[in-house]
Amino acid sequence: MGVFLQTLFVGLRLGSVYALIALGYTMVYGIIRLINFAHGDFIMVGGYTLFFTVPLMVAAGLPAWTAVVIAVIVCALVGIGVELIAYRPVRKKGTNMTALITAIAMSLLLENLAQAIPAIGPNPKIAGTFFSTGGFQIAGVTLDYVTIYTIVISAVVMLLLYVFTQKTKIGRAMRCVSEDKGAAILMGISVNRTVLITFAIGSGLAAVAALMYIAQYPSIYTTLGSLLGLKAFVAAVVGGIGIVPGAMLGGIVIGLVESFSMAYISSSLTDTFVFLILILVLLVKPAGILGKNVGEKV
Amino acid sequence: MLKIQDLHVSYGAVRAIKGISLEVNDGELVSLIGANGAGKTTTLHAISGLVPAESGEIILDGTDLRRTPPEKIIGLGMAHVPEGRHVFARMSVEENLLMGAYIVRDKSKVKERLELVYGHFPRLAERSRQLAGTLSGGEQQMLAMGRALMTDPKMVLMDEPSMGLSPILVKEIFSIIKSLHADGITILLVEQNAKMALSVSDRAYVLETGLISMSGKASELLHDDKVRRAYLGA
Repeated sequence: MGVFLQTLFVGLRLGSVYALIALGYTMVYGIIRLINFAHGDFIMVGGYTLFFTVPLMVAAGLPAWTAVVIAVIVCALVGIGVELIAYRPVRKKGTNMTALITAIAMSLLLENLAQAIPAIGPNPKIAGTFFSTGGFQIAGVTLDYVTIYTIVISAVVMLLLYVFTQKTKIGRAMRCVSEDKGAAILMGISVNRTVLITFAIGSGLAAVAALMYIAQYPSIYTTLGSLLGLKAFVAAVVGGIGIVPGAMLGGIVIGLVESFSMAYISSSLTDTFVFLILILVLLVKPAGILGKNVGEKV
Repeated sequence: MLKIQDLHVSYGAVRAIKGISLEVNDGELVSLIGANGAGKTTTLHAISGLVPAESGEIILDGTDLRRTPPEKIIGLGMAHVPEGRHVFARMSVEENLLMGAYIVRDKSKVKERLELVYGHFPRLAERSRQLAGTLSGGEQQMLAMGRALMTDPKMVLMDEPSMGLSPILVKEIFSIIKSLHADGITILLVEQNAKMALSVSDRAYVLETGLISMSGKASELLHDDKVRRAYLGA
């Protein structure tokens, strides 16, 4: 029972991080039908921003985690920059395939650009602690603060995002553009501006994910986002890409698969199981768990 | 109100509109009829900026629409009810209507318009919380029209409002169009149902493979032999 509970919490913690990253993939995909392969690297950008700004925050007498505010801003700007410099011009001229290849190129560019910065370089950096260490006991299981914060923060962030997309004007505009660009334009919605806002939000979420991931695994390196991003992308597809609740569900599913396969089967096979789940879902329900073709009456 | 001069539109190598000129005056209901593929929808898309015009002029009340970003056009007082309704299927009826008033800042005005549209279309009021994708075709058409009315436009472009509807619904939709016209809204109507379109319009243009082949008073075209043979099935 103790092992089970522990595994469950670990899965929820991992899943919360995946869900936040998956949201970035799914929101961008929903609005411009592009798989933004550079999204994983936004986590890396967030990670390094945290690494460099945490000491500043601490020196200013603030808690270490407040650095995430700066990381969110930096990531949002990088996301906006990537859209403006690379994706928008390509989208105007090229095909979906051109955009996809551009996304892969942006991913490699960000990783290598980071490495070229002298203060970063090829060697991993180790981040300090963000949250108070320790935890408390529940039913014989130690629940550390990092796990609790991770789950709670991502739940709150996702709730805020949901309210934002449902209740605000900009959120509604995002849903309109993702559903029907032509009709959105006829309503007076600027598609380009809405896409930029989507990039900013998605990248900002990656910074929050970076905080929580690094709180658990403090090593920061330039390809930090590659596998992490890939698995979050799998989570987005498993949940149903383009669907916001799908990304949340997919993230939790992938987190649980990872933690349970680690605890009960083999820690070296966890990634195998993650991708196995992807194949299974694609075979049984190609549009993802929550994905469906909306039937329209004529 | 709307003046088009020598408009050309192409999709790649395909020339869809090969130089048409037309005019819609204040308060008029003008229809654009013609066969499938004649370029009716393309003309409306060019007016709204959804497809770029190659050359020619599109002027709305003195403003050059070709130099206006497409999302700004609704702010000039022209709304567009697109072919196939294009309601936001995953949003509720009321959310769709609110999106219609996206550019309206004044919340009390939005509320006022909402009441007005519900007054025009009581069926939409009954279904305000239902997802638009689950409405019937006729209800979706009403929603698309109601959504276009949310900004209190001076002019409305309507693209095939009767498409895919039963004869009873077609009648209902056309009686709504007539009442909007009576309210003083300027309308450019694109229709395959030429008979219905001509019977409610002041004037009409006949579009044939990207060119205007005939134009005139709707009542005269309705009795023209060529029009009758080609479009009215008589």
